Amino acid sequence: MTDIKQLKKTASQIRRDVIRMVYNAKSGHPGGPLGCAELFAALYFDVLHHNPDHFSMDGNGEDLFFLSNGHLSAGWYSALAHSGYFETNELATFRKIDSRLQGHPATEEGLPGVRVASGSLGQGLSVACGAALTKKLNGDNHTVYCLMGDGEQQEGQIWEAAMFAAGRKIDNLIGIIDYNGQQIDGAVDDVMPLGDLKAKWEAFGWQVIEMNGNIMEEVLQTLHQAKSLCGKEKPVMILMHTEMGYGVDFMTGTHEWHGKPPNDEQFKRAMDQLEETLGDY
Amino acid sequence: MKEYTYTEKKDTRSGFGAGLLNLGAKNKNVVGLCADLTGSMVMTDFKKTYPNRFFQVGIAEANMMGVAAGLTIGGKIPFTGTFANFSTGRVYDQIRQSIAYSEKNVKICASHAGITLGEDGATHQILEDIGMMRMLPNMTVIVPCDHNQTRAATIAVADYHGPVYLRFGRPKVPNFTDPDQKFEIGKAVLLNEGADVSIFACGHMVWQALEAAKALYAQGYHAEVINVHTIKPLDEKSILQSVRKTGCAVTAEEHQKNGGLGDAIAHLLTREQPAPVEMVAIQDRFGESGKPDELMEKYGLTASNIVTQCLKVIQRK
Repeated sequence: MTDIKQLKKTASQIRRDVIRMVYNAKSGHPGGPLGCAELFAALYFDVLHHNPDHFSMDGNGEDLFFLSNGHLSAGWYSALAHSGYFETNELATFRKIDSRLQGHPATEEGLPGVRVASGSLGQGLSVACGAALTKKLNGDNHTVYCLMGDGEQQEGQIWEAAMFAAGRKIDNLIGIIDYNGQQIDGAVDDVMPLGDLKAKWEAFGWQVIEMNGNIMEEVLQTLHQAKSLCGKEKPVMILMHTEMGYGVDFMTGTHEWHGKPPNDEQFKRAMDQLEETLGDY
Repeated sequence: MKEYTYTEKKDTRSGFGAGLLNLGAKNKNVVGLCADLTGSMVMTDFKKTYPNRFFQVGIAEANMMGVAAGLTIGGKIPFTGTFANFSTGRVYDQIRQSIAYSEKNVKICASHAGITLGEDGATHQILEDIGMMRMLPNMTVIVPCDHNQTRAATIAVADYHGPVYLRFGRPKVPNFTDPDQKFEIGKAVLLNEGADVSIFACGHMVWQALEAAKALYAQGYHAEVINVHTIKPLDEKSILQSVRKTGCAVTAEEHQKNGGLGDAIAHLLTREQPAPVEMVAIQDRFGESGKPDELMEKYGLTASNIVTQCLKVIQRK
């Protein structure tokens, strides 16, 4: 039985970790992962059938998650660590020399939980399509998830993958777009408007559902709904409405915190707003 | 001096097609992907025989590279097929991040490489691909010389775990290597022994190198001919052993002089065994439309130019 209260606590701890990691590294991207903390918590502590204690690159017999917008690494690493892929104290090495926790996720250092490098945007959905096809070829009845950014939708390769997944009826694939309306240079609508994103994905042949990604109950319910839509010869896309920087008042709803660390005073203010629940690393 | 003969000319791309078909039966994890060039890539038989393991991706090469990377997760061995231009330059970042850096077991199979693509012209005649691929950490780069060797190389790369760039071409060229050869990645093939000059060649230029050695022999020079089918990892031992004996080298490739086989060998010799080197290659310019043979002649990718360059380096010893 899902313990919503516990998942919310986990999301809070992910946020604390994100702030601490970016603060300690004096670099990184706090805004995106703060907005996606509910998703990371829900996926890694409820939705995914996965095997954190025995990570295998092939991931046969497991659900797979791909982070296409690799700059959300801090949040993802926190979720991976707390779910048991590696020790939480390794989070302290984020972005530092000789670390497995690269600024953007990578496989070369062998960090458990990461199956492909990401950071250069637009590539994750293609990789997820391939992994989903392999599951079909292997008769593996598990699901492949891929999180992307909304700004990332400006990359052409996304739409190549969109066409491919629908054209090849990849129906064991759930895409998620972090629809926070912000990117580095400002509001997505100012930088390069996405237009009617829902209509676009539907026109490409996907089943599209929406959720508020900062309400845990809704996130859980929608992820389970997405799962129930699998197997119908169409891929599934979740437009996940979030606020960039959610959970820290002065970081919320602005692109200003896309890629900058807090100073000492800001760090303290941010941590004061986030409950320590699973223990800080 | 060893004489090489052939009974027919065949395209290297059909060697790839034959190798892939063979792999289909041999290894159930082998899958094929193609970006709307199934016939040109000679992947049609694989597609027909193993329809469930063939993925048409349409004209979307970036997506093809990503999908191939993903297919490896769970144990598939994807062979991607498109022209060399669209296999490399168009998708460099996808290969770099999703395949090479991520150490994915993808075989990037590239036809219509170089100037012998012919009439389509410079937009399609990539001459920088070896350089781009050899720059990438984790990448293996293979340029077989004829149909039989391309078939053998295709089969061999499936047994090697890691990203591979396999480059071949469109025109029919002398098919002179053993049909039952065992292809060893990273092991150059000594075709002719000689003490006066080393000729290192890859791809279509290997036959030209053999022709050049014949012409040099008639002039009283003994050229050593080595088929460097694997450009990365380079068979440094064989190359150094040859140049220690001959004291000079000529490289021959259907590629820019920058970044290719000649560059790789010059780099090695500079470090380990300084010696006069000349490169038979494209001299830092784009190609153009024309028949393959006309273009090879115009751009100096010929046996006679190899002879000229050999005489030059012999003089400089």
